[in-house]
Amino acid sequence: MSFPWAKQYEPTNPLMKYLDEKLPLPRLVYNAVGAGYPVPRNLNYMWNFGVLAGFCLVLQIVTGVVLAMHYAANDAVAFNSVEHIMRDVNWGWLMRYAHANGASFFFVVLYLHIFRGFYYSSYKAPREMVWLIGVVIFLLTMATAFMGYVLPWGQMSFWGAKVITGLFGAIPFVGEPLQVWLLGGYAPDNAALNRFFSLHFLLPFVIAGVVILHIWALHIPGSSNPTGVEVKSESDTVPFHPYYTAKDGFGLGVALLVYCAFVFFMPNALGHPDNYIPANPLSTPAHIVPEWYFYPFYAILRAFTFDFILPAKLWGVLAMFAAILVWFFLPWLDKSPVRSGNYRPMFRKFFWFGLIPTMAALFYLGGAPAEEPYVMFSQIFTAYYFLHFLVILPIVSSIEKPEPLPFSITEEVLGSDDKAVLNNKAEPAA
Amino acid sequence: MIRLVGILVGLGFTFVVLLSFVMGAYNAATEPAEETAEHAFHLDPKHVEFEHDGLFPAWDVAQLQRGYQVYKEVCSACHSLNQVAFRNLEELGYSEEQVKAEAASWTVPGINPDTGEASSRPGLPTDDFPSPYANNVAAAAANNNAIPPDLSLLTKARHHGPAYVYSLLTGYQEPSAELAERFPDSLPGTGLHHNPYFANLNLAMAPPLTADGQVTYADGTDATIDQMAKDVAAFLTWTAEPALIDRIKLGWMVMGFLLFATILAWLAKKQVWADMKPKRKD
Repeated sequence: MSFPWAKQYEPTNPLMKYLDEKLPLPRLVYNAVGAGYPVPRNLNYMWNFGVLAGFCLVLQIVTGVVLAMHYAANDAVAFNSVEHIMRDVNWGWLMRYAHANGASFFFVVLYLHIFRGFYYSSYKAPREMVWLIGVVIFLLTMATAFMGYVLPWGQMSFWGAKVITGLFGAIPFVGEPLQVWLLGGYAPDNAALNRFFSLHFLLPFVIAGVVILHIWALHIPGSSNPTGVEVKSESDTVPFHPYYTAKDGFGLGVALLVYCAFVFFMPNALGHPDNYIPANPLSTPAHIVPEWYFYPFYAILRAFTFDFILPAKLWGVLAMFAAILVWFFLPWLDKSPVRSGNYRPMFRKFFWFGLIPTMAALFYLGGAPAEEPYVMFSQIFTAYYFLHFLVILPIVSSIEKPEPLPFSITEEVLGSDDKAVLNNKAEPAA
Repeated sequence: MIRLVGILVGLGFTFVVLLSFVMGAYNAATEPAEETAEHAFHLDPKHVEFEHDGLFPAWDVAQLQRGYQVYKEVCSACHSLNQVAFRNLEELGYSEEQVKAEAASWTVPGINPDTGEASSRPGLPTDDFPSPYANNVAAAAANNNAIPPDLSLLTKARHHGPAYVYSLLTGYQEPSAELAERFPDSLPGTGLHHNPYFANLNLAMAPPLTADGQVTYADGTDATIDQMAKDVAAFLTWTAEPALIDRIKLGWMVMGFLLFATILAWLAKKQVWADMKPKRKD
């Protein structure tokens, strides 16, 4: 589906005409990310991150496939094969640093994309399905990244895998057999490393498939926008190409500058030094931490320290999964008819002074040692995290009085919309 | 309905985590955490500067050669360097012939070509540096159960790696009277040595650099303990990241290209949007 004024694909070149008849792939691209896709004209730079996330996925698949040509998924040689890539493979160090920092870059982009969605309520009807599929992509990406971090078989790889898979052991009754089944043993070893490699190779292609569903679902209602007023007429939109291809091109340039600064000048800044020590099941690192992009959820996991009916560990595991699963319910928890945070004074305050500082604090606390006062702070911020999504959001959305919305995107951008005047004449105020 | 369930679930998690908070706060108030010796006496690495630091780094080849000499004459008695091959020494400014001769001065494990029995032979440039011990059991047996770590990646496997190596090597000292008084259990036991730059303050490695002039540098540099520690820290930076200089040089070219491309993309974006320039009401 698209807007009636969307440009139609009309090939003039005979070859393209032939192709369009037999396999209209160029038409698909034209309608998906070309001139045939009308997009609200008022998107700000926060709308760049979808395209950037797609770029990250491609970057990770390309560098990852090259790395897989040289990597050996065997616990006896995995660590050395990574060093072989770093030292003896031509441009191997570049591929590995590009891939390792690419994962961080991917998560930066995903978090910004998701928080854009929170602020502008991109999850609301008619885009619930886009949002639900997006959360699935995030979960799949987390699983892929977790398994990827195990592959170098350093100390943090091993102990991170041990702690995270150990979480399944907290599930009552089936926990321990489940954990053994997932790992193929009682602790991470060669069986676990091999299956993680297999899945780490497979999942990105699953993600690519789900990304197609995400974009497909997006194209039914069309893109959201910072005003949150739906597209009403042609003057509200511009064709994706060249307007947003140009804007995304610039955004990609800026993002790559930041990314390359990490890859070339501080490639290990986001990693942990312990992962340059080969995995040793007999020596436990002083502080076991996952990669930085899991910190908020790791902080939530560790915040539960008191056995209240259930064991504290089980509460932590439940809360950690619930922290992400709650995103699935946002379209129904937030019942405000207004989408954009720009027109929701109360929601906006809770977003900027509640959710954002909470996430920043949880990011910090997840990487901090499990001792006081860090644990007490993570307990407070974990409490706010759940209150924000499950209590504050539903209540605020029913009691707040939104600010008046512009009639249309055109009015928002140009200051007036002729159709608004006509519309008001046609429908006298009741 | 879904909002009601949501509110209940949200309040449930909040209640449980706040219970944890209250219990934690109660424990912290009633049993204040005891200060540990590590917390009170551990020191962050000293500040030390190298040619390969910063945004325009270069290898100080003479220093790397000196550092290699320190590794060979001191460290290699106990520490392996198993990610590095003799051929890599060409990057330290040695010629092919010199590398051949250097490799031959080391003995590496081999196989007797006639009998197939394990034997040893002079090293070849294609060989990796040999390990001083046959296996971890032998390494542990010879070192009071503390296996000396491989040094190839050490400067990447510690926070502030090169400064850490330098500080550790120059940081051995007698434990202070204050430490002895407050934390008698943290005094070095048998076979341990006090070093405030080591995580738990007590290091199994005896001070390896004990006297000025322990190594006689071929280039005539005065081999003070400080100089030797600095040189070997530089050498271990190279073993951990041999592509360091190439990486940063390439990085500047990539950044230059990207900056140019981004400016072009900005101009293209401006041009494309010129006729759509929003006239905001405010």
